[in-house]
Amino acid sequence: MTLIPKHPHLLRAYGDREGDGMVQMTFTLRISPGAQAKEVAKRFAEAHGLREPLISAMEECGPGYTYFVAYGHSIHHVDVSEVDVPEVKMEDLDKHDIEERIEHQIGRKVVVVGACTGFDAHTVGIDAILNMKGYAGEKGLESYKWFDAHNMGAQVENEALLARALAVGADAILVSQVITQRNSHKENASALITLMKERGLRERFVMLLGGPRIDHKLGLELGFDAGFGPGTLPKHVAAFVVQRMMERKQ
Amino acid sequence: MAQVPLDMKVVDECRRLAASIADDVQRFIDKHTTVGVERTVARAFGIEGVDDQGIPLVNMLVDRIHAQKLLGRGVAFFLGRELLRGAPNLQDAAERLAYGRSEITGEGPETEAQINAVLEQGVKTALKHMDDARDTREAMKARLGMADNPWKYVIVATGNIYDDAIQAKSAAHGGADVVAVIRATAQSLLDYVPHGATTEGYGGTYATQENFKIVRRALDEASEEFGRYCMQTNYSSGLCMSEIAYMAAVERLDMLLNDSMYGILFRDINMQRTFVDQYFSRRLIARSKIIINTGEDNYLTTADAVDAAHTVLASQFINEAFAHRAGVADENLGLGHAYEINPWLEDSFLLELSQAQLVRQIFPNHPIKWMPPTKFKTGDVFHSHVHDAMFNLVGITTKQSIELLGMFSEAIHTPLLMDRYLSLKSTKYIYTAAKHLGDEIEFKKDGIIETRARVVLNEAVELLTTVQRDGIWDSISRGAFADVKRTLTGGKGLAGVVERERAYVNPILSMLEGGAA
Repeated sequence: MTLIPKHPHLLRAYGDREGDGMVQMTFTLRISPGAQAKEVAKRFAEAHGLREPLISAMEECGPGYTYFVAYGHSIHHVDVSEVDVPEVKMEDLDKHDIEERIEHQIGRKVVVVGACTGFDAHTVGIDAILNMKGYAGEKGLESYKWFDAHNMGAQVENEALLARALAVGADAILVSQVITQRNSHKENASALITLMKERGLRERFVMLLGGPRIDHKLGLELGFDAGFGPGTLPKHVAAFVVQRMMERKQ
Repeated sequence: MAQVPLDMKVVDECRRLAASIADDVQRFIDKHTTVGVERTVARAFGIEGVDDQGIPLVNMLVDRIHAQKLLGRGVAFFLGRELLRGAPNLQDAAERLAYGRSEITGEGPETEAQINAVLEQGVKTALKHMDDARDTREAMKARLGMADNPWKYVIVATGNIYDDAIQAKSAAHGGADVVAVIRATAQSLLDYVPHGATTEGYGGTYATQENFKIVRRALDEASEEFGRYCMQTNYSSGLCMSEIAYMAAVERLDMLLNDSMYGILFRDINMQRTFVDQYFSRRLIARSKIIINTGEDNYLTTADAVDAAHTVLASQFINEAFAHRAGVADENLGLGHAYEINPWLEDSFLLELSQAQLVRQIFPNHPIKWMPPTKFKTGDVFHSHVHDAMFNLVGITTKQSIELLGMFSEAIHTPLLMDRYLSLKSTKYIYTAAKHLGDEIEFKKDGIIETRARVVLNEAVELLTTVQRDGIWDSISRGAFADVKRTLTGGKGLAGVVERERAYVNPILSMLEGGAA
């Protein structure tokens, strides 16, 4: 079924035919299973914009709680032409390519310093990128032969981060911000850029910002070279740093 | 029945090497105590309470003695001496020592014999408290019965202990046999145990005595309601591992995550501190017949599951040797391992099947803890569910004892009610569908599975030989386990390690070591 005439800019969910808007949704409601519960679930799905919802599963998942699987035709669409997201532009390189590129084109180890700044005590992001352990099976920058990675951990003051970056001759600084209460992530990050500009140090480093609520757009707005969000792998960060260093060299 | 060939000579050699490694450390342990051990002794004597800053009395007490460099006598010495000097009871004695105006000194006419005599009743009461809790649990287990292995183990992690209690009951309703309450981020590094109920924890709730009680109550209700005994788990790890073990013992927990080396490797806790603390914690655990879960699964989150499989096995031998030295029986020694192999590797399933079978055969009486994939989980919940199914199939085929169920929302959020339900449902399906698969099949002679088992065992004996030659201290500092390197004097908590004096008094430890009633 076609809910809305095709239009190249208007995107609908795709099931097995253009424009059918088919989506699947699972959710839990505090109600026991039964005919009433099924109708409730249907209306719940309809309230989310699903037309002709089919409740394909209804099972009690805890005393008095029921989980549902619903299929339906979503009435919603998105106009792609209205969506503008700056993306980090870089080549898709793997660890091996990156190592080779550093060896042959830079000829020395790339030094990076990373920290969670301000009050933020959550090192999960910076650890995923820098530590040996890495993330999703991808080892962190510590495991790269041609990277010298310094992880300062959590609750690091901007001053201390900058001092360490200067002391070890860092090429890049990685700032991780997990906590977003009262926009503290934005304030900490932009305060660091302000501090660097005051000292005339901004152009000396490749500046990267990362965190679950960070994207490239926000990174750029706050004065960084790039912003990295959830799902970022160590190799993405590595590739970006190397690419930006090469650009600067030229 | 599916068995991998096992060269018992090599297995015996592994045990001999692990025993030698543990003995070397045990000599150190027997000469030392820590602030954590002494606080545990004080807690066992019934000393409780916090000041208006939330600082536990046991911390004030032990820190004050430690500040005078007298902790090598043992906190029991000072408590006993205070009784001899007129304190009406142990709680009062502790308060006098912790908050009294005069400085604590080491001098006095009191003899060791006098001290031990005056503490005798307190020691008896302390042990009775633990023994009663154990007996209540064992009676309840016998009355209600336990589920078949593998026990289905799930996690709740709302951050609010009252919500955790609701979720724990829901999980039991869905068929969970064991419920673990996730601990708040970084409690391992706190050198005190927080007090009271947690309602706003980050990433979990604190391990506190009150929180233990709340969840126990919920699971007791669930046990009665569903007619089968439901087990409770928490974490005896970090700087307070022995204090938590004591609290778990008296609050009737059934399992504790407890490892001889985890804190060193993954929490950067000083190795001297950890080795001394793990020993005392395990003495309490042994007395209480709590099942420990060791942490070898973590090795494969940092190291590669294929390259480092033998480090898991070697560590299991070491954990076993340490646990035996603390009196933990095999049937309470839940050695851990995990399905952390790269799922896209050819024959990844066969390699995990081989390792799980190998561990099962080498440790036949141990309640082996089988941990699900996490490292290669990405947020594709549908694929994740299939990945967990393969893990379940290994679990049932090789007869693992305790299985932490994989969650399809791993790598996204802590499990939702629905996630846990679906995980339990598919696990039940696979356990039922393949219940006797392991009894029906045999592995091909010299095939991939058999060959892999031989390789892993041989690599484990090689590693243990090296570790035995160099000592565990040097081995850890060279990164023998989990690719993590830690030094003898590095890490947190070293300042809390004290050499025991000749006249060290710890009648609770003496009783636990003597195994007396």
